[in-house]
Amino acid sequence: MKIKNIIITFVSAIAILFSTSVVSLAKVVGDKIILGAAISLTGKYSSNGVHTQNGYNMAVDRINDMGGIKVGGKTYKFDIIYYDDESNPKRAAQLAERLISQDGVEFMLGPYSSGLTKAIAPVTEKYGVPMVEANGASRSLFTKGYKYLFAVLAPANLYLDVAIETAVELNGGKGVRIAQAFEQDAFSQDVRLGILDAAERTGSKIIIDDKLPKELNDMAATLAKVKAVKPDVLVVSGHTKGALTAIRQIAEMKVDVPMLAMTHCDAAKLSKQHGKNSQYALCASQWHKTLTYKDDFFKDGMTYAADFEKLFGYDPPYQSAESSAALLVFKDAFERANSFDQKKVRDALADTNMQTFYGNIKFAEGGQNVDKPMVLFQVMCDDAGKCENKVVAPLKWASAELIHPIPKWSER
Amino acid sequence: MDFLIFQVPMLTLQAVLDGLLLGVLFALIAYGMALQWGVMNIINIAQGDLVILGGYIAYFMYLYGIHPAWGVIISPIIMYFVGVIIYKLVINKVVDRDLFISILATFGISILFMQLMNFAFGADVVLANSGYGTTMLFDNSVTLPNSKIFSAFISIVFAIGLVIYMKKSKLGRAIRATAQNARAAKILGVDTEKVYAATFGINAALCGVAGALISITFTIHPYMGLPYTIRSFMIVIVAGLGNLPGVAMSGMGLGVFEEFADYILGTEFRIGSVFLLLVLILVYRRFKLSRKREYLK
Repeated sequence: MKIKNIIITFVSAIAILFSTSVVSLAKVVGDKIILGAAISLTGKYSSNGVHTQNGYNMAVDRINDMGGIKVGGKTYKFDIIYYDDESNPKRAAQLAERLISQDGVEFMLGPYSSGLTKAIAPVTEKYGVPMVEANGASRSLFTKGYKYLFAVLAPANLYLDVAIETAVELNGGKGVRIAQAFEQDAFSQDVRLGILDAAERTGSKIIIDDKLPKELNDMAATLAKVKAVKPDVLVVSGHTKGALTAIRQIAEMKVDVPMLAMTHCDAAKLSKQHGKNSQYALCASQWHKTLTYKDDFFKDGMTYAADFEKLFGYDPPYQSAESSAALLVFKDAFERANSFDQKKVRDALADTNMQTFYGNIKFAEGGQNVDKPMVLFQVMCDDAGKCENKVVAPLKWASAELIHPIPKWSER
Repeated sequence: MDFLIFQVPMLTLQAVLDGLLLGVLFALIAYGMALQWGVMNIINIAQGDLVILGGYIAYFMYLYGIHPAWGVIISPIIMYFVGVIIYKLVINKVVDRDLFISILATFGISILFMQLMNFAFGADVVLANSGYGTTMLFDNSVTLPNSKIFSAFISIVFAIGLVIYMKKSKLGRAIRATAQNARAAKILGVDTEKVYAATFGINAALCGVAGALISITFTIHPYMGLPYTIRSFMIVIVAGLGNLPGVAMSGMGLGVFEEFADYILGTEFRIGSVFLLLVLILVYRRFKLSRKREYLK
């Protein structure tokens, strides 16, 4: 009995200690603006979670080093409290709750992936905490009427829009025949909706419309159909697994299509894992280092990429770039609001209209960024088998000319 | 209705061949599951995770410049010991308990393996390139990746090897005796503990082979194990316990069925239709069984 009492006292003492010490960590302490973020540092999104965290950290250091944030005549610095959401939406929602109600965070950065952002958004909305997120592109995030959610990236339904438009343009303005295969998850299905819109707009016809089960590892049936009907464009989206499987099986089955467009080539390290087989694939990307957008903190894409590589030892994927951009948006909003009042910061965020190295940022009513088009790059390989991603569309940003149609396998 | 598969006759052949090649590989995983289910009465939820671990062994060989096809030899050797260790640490404590406890235990192992693999190998989807090329039939209208043919061939070799081993070797006979009646086998001098450990090891080794083949033909990822567990479970259910030739047949049958479901019903109903088939088979079995019982009355 005695031991039990001692344990109870001990535990409650620690609990009290914790609760008091944690609550004192409010949003702005001294000269620090504390942001909260739940990020997937373990679990299935951990690679991209780390890219996100690296992007955030790099921007925090850069902004702090370059003079910080000026609010009300005083200079502040950014600091971030991170929690690991284990790639689990339930956990992410709990952590958001904890960041806000226990840690007293009043401004949030987004997690990685649409699914986790969807889990957190209702919580930040409930507490009126402005959240700038950089990795949730699902269209459904922006149709719920959230007032405190801002996304620096283009919504998922625009990912492969450019590809269809380019194909139609190359076809002399006439509609094209599209074959598409999308995984059955929120993101890929949003990409699919975008293609359906684009097809209707351009008078194109969808002749294969496969929905791949999540646990599917094999696209042989879809590709056999593609071989039989010979479409003008093949569109595939199924995260990294979809991209890797598609390239492997297209090469193995010698499927000839004039245009192949997909998502997640970056994350799949397509050209590294598949080498020349990935050549000519068109990939949707939120950002590419050769784009010529500029800002005062990171200068431009190439400088950002070089600095990032120096710090973390790898070429930044777009997930890192957009995460860095989120902090630039926050800094800008704080300075324009000239206050830490959540409502005022929210209104300032809604009025954002700026250029960053990552692209122009201007939020629509729903919170999505409408001022930044998606870019398409094409995997291009030299004779030695060294492959590079080159931006080919939209034309304004292109650094290489689109190779179209893709040469037949028998001629490669 | 104008189904593409009936308009283009070559697609039928393609679907049958794709289904068979896929089915044989799944049947190999199911083989291991049927074996240890029959012998130890354990449903191994971690089956798929053992497969993925085997795949990572081949993948790492590939990374270090060894051709991943050697994985079908190295991977089962390593996985055999992994299996024996798992048996000694966990499975031997649940082997005589009821099925529910063994499911819980192997479910735990499955989660542990997933997280450990994620921790050790990272969350990226990876694959190993065999560079085997493609076999083209009928003027390029039917294409079969050689890696898939290789997988199917290796699976068949291991499956036949296992059957012969079970029939001829001393350990094989001991395993079969234990499966029939563990108590009687024990009384007659069979070291059932050893038999159980070997059975679990052999199962893990088969998973290792399958994993190496999957890294060559498909992709691997730490969290991709469960679909393989479910698939092998279904194959065993359809075949019935202790029916090794049946496992091979049902594996290939399900593979072909799935391909046709894809063409006729649509890709989104592919997995669903396999489950529907499973339900129908179970209902049919029950129906047959109840008639038999009435007859006995």
